Amino acid sequence: MLSENAKKEIEREMAKYPEKRAVILAALHLVQKEEGWISQDAMEEVASLLDLTPIEVREVTSFYTMFNMRPVGNHHLQVCTNLSCALMNGRGVVEYIQRKLGIEVGETTGDERFTLSTVECLGSCGTAPMMQIGDDYHENLSEPKIDSILETLK
Amino acid sequence: MERYLTKNFGKPNAIAMAGYLKHGGYRALRKVLKKMEPKDVVEEVKDSGLRGRGGAGFPTGLKWSFMPQETDGPKYIACNADESEPGTFKDREFLEKEPQMMIEGLIISAYAMGVNTCYIYIRGEYATQTKILQQALAEAYEKKFLGRNILGSGFDCDIYVHRGAGAYICGEETGLMESIEGKKGQPRKKPPFPANFGLWGRPTTVNNVETFAQVPHIINKGASWFRGIGTEKSTGNTIFGVSGHVNKPGAYELPLGYGLKDLIYKDAGGIRNGRELKAVIPGGSSVKVLPADRIDVPLDHDSLTNAGSSLGTGAVIVMDDTTCMVRVGVVLAHFYRHESCGQCTNCREGSAWLHQLMVGIENGQGKIEDLDLLMDVADSLEGSSICALADAAAWPVQGLVTHFRDEFEEHIKTGKCTSPDSFRI
Repeated sequence: MLSENAKKEIEREMAKYPEKRAVILAALHLVQKEEGWISQDAMEEVASLLDLTPIEVREVTSFYTMFNMRPVGNHHLQVCTNLSCALMNGRGVVEYIQRKLGIEVGETTGDERFTLSTVECLGSCGTAPMMQIGDDYHENLSEPKIDSILETLK
Repeated sequence: MERYLTKNFGKPNAIAMAGYLKHGGYRALRKVLKKMEPKDVVEEVKDSGLRGRGGAGFPTGLKWSFMPQETDGPKYIACNADESEPGTFKDREFLEKEPQMMIEGLIISAYAMGVNTCYIYIRGEYATQTKILQQALAEAYEKKFLGRNILGSGFDCDIYVHRGAGAYICGEETGLMESIEGKKGQPRKKPPFPANFGLWGRPTTVNNVETFAQVPHIINKGASWFRGIGTEKSTGNTIFGVSGHVNKPGAYELPLGYGLKDLIYKDAGGIRNGRELKAVIPGGSSVKVLPADRIDVPLDHDSLTNAGSSLGTGAVIVMDDTTCMVRVGVVLAHFYRHESCGQCTNCREGSAWLHQLMVGIENGQGKIEDLDLLMDVADSLEGSSICALADAAAWPVQGLVTHFRDEFEEHIKTGKCTSPDSFRI
């Protein structure tokens, strides 16, 4: 269930557009911020707030890569594996994190602390290799830097 | 050479309105509102020769002139801040370091086209930049550069931020509009063009962040100043993004027509680790690769097209001689397969097939016939879909197989990679 604050935020967003439907991405971002992922229930709730059918919400949710349709760990490690990062050993970053955390790409650690994903270009090509965790970009990665980043994330 | 776009980047306060004003910000908007008619602004931008900086290079003033003057309802502008072309990281420079430049350009453009509502479509992953942008817009409203009756001119303008959520195809102008409307970002057929049928069926113009950022400079210093920079048909400065195997990757503001060789060896410090250059993609992943013996070329639209590639977004990806070009093919094919919106059969199936073939070659399961098959499938992708993503998926394959056929054949014959340490530092 979306918080009252989130529902108010969605209403504020609606004022920006001539049609309610246009706030769907903002609504889904709010759901994910509060719940970490987009569940069936959440999609149905967004549908009723926006006068849409659940399937209309589902097709949008599944189209956009950022929306998690399954629960993820507290920290979602999204490592870029597109060309500029690949040229700078992006694959090595993935493999290092896999070894360090004992999970494969797409999996979550047993303590639910980390989920590991690979993603396409994040627009950080000059500071490759890099990954996104939450809102933050972590650029110019090296093994020591990855160690210190992960240590600070509880 | 004046670095008019980036000269204040990194200075104290440049992000803030106070800093932007101190550096001469919003003089252009004042000039436009006091002394220019909307059609004068369109003419000035036309005369400047400014071409869109989002990758397609369409003449900006001409695009603006497609908007109907009189209309019985709202018109819209969407600023394309979706920046997702692999290798490209220039628009975020404006968003992070001097967002008011783009905002001022956007307000001037809105005035020119009789638009009162603009949306900045910013890629969802740019969360940090989104916060900076929202703060910048709040400051612009506070200073009354936005809102009702701007600077007493009678002109109203609102700018709203619209976050994307991870979809390269939403950088395509009609996919972007579909996404703003709250749908899957599946592109529309053109015609009708956005100026006739855009957001919610209304006349709409979509332009890139950097395109808008150029506008205040054109207004302040004039079209003929702008025409004096760059080449005859590719005017002005742009921000080139250099990445890959160079000593100094980063964003470099230079005039269009600057030499690719100089950019790599002078500005970006040459190839890392004393290695040799093997290949360069000069304009983002969608443009064809240039082998090392073809990099003596000016970075402008015509020169790169004549060289068998394209300026694209000016994203220069540099590959040294440790690079396995089959792996490059796998990485790029994966991208287009992932990002295809799926509505056109040849793109949906073709992009998947290209990836499958590339992976097969890399894994030692390729057959020599696969190379002609790759070219066949790529050819079938060109020019036969609703948007250019299919072409963008085809071009890298065509470039790689054309220029590095020997390497692909070697992979197929031996069943393994000839440079196994490729892509490792």
